[in-house]
Amino acid sequence: MPRPTSRFRFLVAACAVAATSVFGIAPARAQLTIDMTRPNFEPVPIAIADFAGSDRVGAEIAQIIRNNLQNSGLFRVIPPAAVIEKNVNANAVPRHADWRGIGASGLVVGQVTATPGGIKVDFRLWDVVVGQQATGLSLNTQSAQWRRVAHIFSDAIYKRVTGEEGYFDTRVAYVSETGPLNRRVKRIALMDQDGANNRYLTDGAGLALTPRFSPTLQEIVYMGYAEGPPRVYLQNVESNRRELLGNFPGMSFAPRFSPDGTKVAMSLSQDGNSSLYEMNVRGRSQRRLTNSPGIDTSPSYSADGTQIVFNSDRGGTQQLYVMGSGGGGEKRISFGDGRYATPVWSPRGDFIAFTKIAGGQFGIGVMRPDGSGERMLASGFLVEGPTWAPNGRVLMFFRQQPNAAGRAGAVSLHAIDITGRFERQVPTPTDASDPAWSPLIPQ
Amino acid sequence: MSGRTNGTRKDIKMFKFKMLAAVAAMFMLSACADQAAVPAGGATAVAPGSIADFRQNVGDRVFFDTDQSSLRPDARTTLTRQAEWLKRYGNYQITVEGHADERGTREYNLALGDRRATAVRQFLVAQGVPAARLKTISYGKERPEVVGSDDGSWSRNRRGVSALQ
Repeated sequence: MPRPTSRFRFLVAACAVAATSVFGIAPARAQLTIDMTRPNFEPVPIAIADFAGSDRVGAEIAQIIRNNLQNSGLFRVIPPAAVIEKNVNANAVPRHADWRGIGASGLVVGQVTATPGGIKVDFRLWDVVVGQQATGLSLNTQSAQWRRVAHIFSDAIYKRVTGEEGYFDTRVAYVSETGPLNRRVKRIALMDQDGANNRYLTDGAGLALTPRFSPTLQEIVYMGYAEGPPRVYLQNVESNRRELLGNFPGMSFAPRFSPDGTKVAMSLSQDGNSSLYEMNVRGRSQRRLTNSPGIDTSPSYSADGTQIVFNSDRGGTQQLYVMGSGGGGEKRISFGDGRYATPVWSPRGDFIAFTKIAGGQFGIGVMRPDGSGERMLASGFLVEGPTWAPNGRVLMFFRQQPNAAGRAGAVSLHAIDITGRFERQVPTPTDASDPAWSPLIPQ
Repeated sequence: MSGRTNGTRKDIKMFKFKMLAAVAAMFMLSACADQAAVPAGGATAVAPGSIADFRQNVGDRVFFDTDQSSLRPDARTTLTRQAEWLKRYGNYQITVEGHADERGTREYNLALGDRRATAVRQFLVAQGVPAARLKTISYGKERPEVVGSDDGSWSRNRRGVSALQ
C-alpha cells in the first residue's frame, strides 16, 4: 500500500496526556459520555475555549472543533460568548464549578506554540463534572496543517465521549455541477469533510461521475466521458495522474473499491446488457461476477470483502441482491414496496444504506445485510447516492430540488446520522452530487 | 448562496430578453403581413440527404415508457423511416444516444440508457442499416432535453437519438 505523502504526515510528539484509569470507575463519568445508538439521547453540552497563542490560529482551531462537534448532532456547543474566560491557560486545572455553572459537562482548552519547524498544538478535554482531565493530545506539525490538527482533536474528543472512532479528519470527493441542466458541466472535486480546501480533480471537458475513494486515500475511481464509450478511470488525487481501468469495448461504470483497495467491482455493458465484473487494480486481471439478462449495477463490497451487495432488475424491478465476492449464490434482500438502488455496505458491516424510489418520492434508508430492519432516514423529491463516514455512524448523500420553468433545481450534499435525527447541508462552492467519503487520513 | 443569487439575476435578464423578443416578434409579424405576397419556404427548405433533412423530415428521436427499453409502435414507425433514409444516404455514421428521465438513480439510468440505445441500434440493423455504421452511447439522466420536473418533460427526456456524423 502506498504511504501517504509527507505533507499529510504528522509527528505525534507527546500523545496520550490522556485519561487515567480513574475514569473507568468514576461514577459521574456518564455525564461526559453518550450512547448514540439509544433513542432520545441528549447532546453533550461542551464548552470550547479559544486556544491560547500568539495569533488567530488558536481561535480558528477552536471554531473548527466547535463546528465539527455541533454538526455531529451529538454535542451541544455552548456559544463562545458564554465562555467565562478568554485565553484559558491550557496548562492550569480549570475551575470546574464555574464551567458547570454555565451548563458544561466538558471543557476543551488548548494552546498553539511556535516551533522551529512549524507549530506545536496541545489540547485537553476536561470532564468538569468529575473534575478530571478526560483526554489530551499534543501535535507538532507544519504551520499550514492547523486545520488538520483541529480535525484530529475533534476526532479525539468524539472518540472519548462516544466510544466510537471519529470521522472529522476525512475528505469528500463529489461531482461539482455548474451550467444549465441540459449542458451541465460535471467535474470531480475534492474537499475536506467540512467543505474547506476545495479543489477540482477533472477539468470539466467531459462528464465525470460517481467518484469513489480507495481505502489507501491516494486514489479515486470514477466514470468519465472522453473519446469512445464512457469508462472507469483511476486517478491519483495528489499527482492527478489518470489512467483507464481496463480497455473494454462497451461502457464501464459504477466502480467501487474492495475494502483492501486491491480490486474494483464495476458494471460492464455488452449489447445493452450490464453485468458485474471485478478487476485487479495492479495486475489488471478481471473476472465476471454476474451473468443475468437484467441490469446488474452499483456493486459494493462487505466490510470483510467476502460478499458484494448490488442492484439488479433481473426480477422485473430494481432490487438489492447479495452474493459471494467471487460471484454466485445471489440472494435478494429487499422486499418492501418500490424500487431499491445504490446499495452501500457500511464499513462497520452492520448496515447497508440504499436509495429507495416509491410513491413518486426518493428516500435514503438503511437495512441489515440480511434485509431485515429497514429504516428510512431521509426523503424528498430526489435524494440519492448515500456514502458512509468511516465510522459507519453518519451518511452523506445528495438532494435535488425539482426543476422549474426551464431552470435546474439546486443540488446539494447533506449529512445525516444513522438515527435520522440530524440532517444538515454540507457547504460546497457549486451545486454538488454523488459524494464519496474518504477513510480517516493516516497520521 | 451566490449561485442562486446569480440564478435569480439571470432569470430577470432572461425575462427582460423574453419581453424584448415578444415585442420584436410582434413587429416581425406585422412586417410579414406586409409582405404576404412573397413566397415563403426559402429559409426553411432543407437539402435532401442533409442532417437537417434527417432531423426535420424523418425524425431523429424516439421515446420510451418509464423504466422501459422496448420500442413502442410510434418508435418503430420513426425508426423504419430512419432506416430507409440511412440506407439511401450511406455516407453518415450514426451514434445512437440513450437517455433516461431524472426519476431513477444515476448508475441504473446509465444502464437503462445503454439498453435503450442498443434497442434502437438493433432495430436499425434489422432493417438493413450496416452495423458498422452504428455506435451507441448512454448519457443516463445526465443530458435532459427538456428542463422540467413534470410528466411532460420526463416523457420527452426518455429518448433514443440518432446523431449523424
